[in-house]
Amino acid sequence: MSDAIADLRKTPLNARHRASNARMVPYAGWDMPVEYSGITAEHLAVRTRAGVFDVSHMGEIEVAGKDALAAVQRISSNDASRLKMGQIQYSGLLTPEGTFLDDMLVMRMGPNHFMLVVNAANAAKDYAWIAEQIKAAGDVAAVDTSSRYALIAIQGPASREVLQPLTGVELDDLKYYWFANGEVANARATISRTGYSGEDGFEIFVPPNMADRVWQALLEAGRPAEVIPCGLGARDTLRLEAAMRLYGNDIDESTTVLEADLGWTVGWKKSGFIGEDRLREQKEKGTSRKLVGFEMVDRGIARHGYPVVAGDKRIGIVTSGTQTPFLKKAIGMAYVPTELAAPGTEFSIDVRGRPSAARVVSLPFYKRT
Amino acid sequence: MAYPSDLKYTKDHEWIRIVGDTAEIGITDYAQQQLGDVVFVELPEVGRTLGAGDPFGSIESVKAVSELFAPMSGDVVEVNPVLRDHPDSVNKEPHSTWIVKVRLSSPSEAGSLLDTEAYERLVG
Repeated sequence: MSDAIADLRKTPLNARHRASNARMVPYAGWDMPVEYSGITAEHLAVRTRAGVFDVSHMGEIEVAGKDALAAVQRISSNDASRLKMGQIQYSGLLTPEGTFLDDMLVMRMGPNHFMLVVNAANAAKDYAWIAEQIKAAGDVAAVDTSSRYALIAIQGPASREVLQPLTGVELDDLKYYWFANGEVANARATISRTGYSGEDGFEIFVPPNMADRVWQALLEAGRPAEVIPCGLGARDTLRLEAAMRLYGNDIDESTTVLEADLGWTVGWKKSGFIGEDRLREQKEKGTSRKLVGFEMVDRGIARHGYPVVAGDKRIGIVTSGTQTPFLKKAIGMAYVPTELAAPGTEFSIDVRGRPSAARVVSLPFYKRT
Repeated sequence: MAYPSDLKYTKDHEWIRIVGDTAEIGITDYAQQQLGDVVFVELPEVGRTLGAGDPFGSIESVKAVSELFAPMSGDVVEVNPVLRDHPDSVNKEPHSTWIVKVRLSSPSEAGSLLDTEAYERLVG
């Protein structure tokens, strides 16, 4: 047990989590907090007030040079030429088959400088792929800068009022999916109005040696609003209510962008990106399966990996599923045959041997008002 | 939380309270802590016959599902109606929230269960 922990990577906040009695689990090779006070309490805090998350395990890959835009346009599904300085977009890092090596945020740091925020489990794979793929793109280099950043998220309706007194960046002027450079609690910081919860909120990139100061400052400033530290468990239930895809569950190297119903992340007007041919073909012909949201009709909870069935036949698979703390329903996402993908359609899930009815619903399950 | 001395325990972290020829079965404080927030308890039908070690239901938290196993043989005579709307009772009062009541068919099986001291050593 102790050997296993020793082998895991630790964020700069690891000692803080352990000292605070967070429940720690191995996740993507990292020793991470899964819950502090309980998934339900943390989930509800983010929906009604705010919660603070350590997401320093996320990877950062910077792409810079005279030909950086051309390089990003080749490896990223979305159209990076539409990004202004300080703007961010969600995108896919695709295989030639139009499937996901990863999903990522693309941040435009400067005219010839981009930062890609990628999943922890994929960071090494992504970097190797990107470095190889951009060789042909000219004067550009990719650098894995993950170790230069700690990443702290504050998510929830109270996020702005908690963060504002700690920074000179005017948060009212920072629009959704934009970022600004400045400081938080006197630490150099990049503040991005993004998140993985379906709420308003910010993700704050700080130097690793400043992570604990910023973490403590956010919790201290958030105390009157009852802002609490949160773990990956609540992060997962929050993102599922918001129907944000989780790499390794809902999308991976076997699922295409269109099957995952993420066609909006493709820059259809650009050309020459990896996966383009396959996606244009799928766009024209349609896909045989599609990722849908569902609610359970029968009692029970469908979880990742449970088969979607028609009689004895396996016709699809549940990719994410839980009982959600805010909506108080058993919900999930599943790949089903396209003819079953319309909202209102019922299908059956094998819940540990019990065929259980589920109904397709429109995504997201939860949208902030 | 202390483990009550009037209960017997299993290595699967269930407890059993034997009163005459019937017994209440629940999960221990250790089990509920490991599971986290319980959101659903799948209960057996009343009348079902269970052998010792048989799975008889499941308990689901936000993040995981865990099977329930019968510590002793018997017939299910009652399921706890509170759990349908308040599954989190298992978190709040694990040792008084019984899940099923069973009429025991082989009371001598109790001899192979753990007493409080042995269970505390197991989870300590």
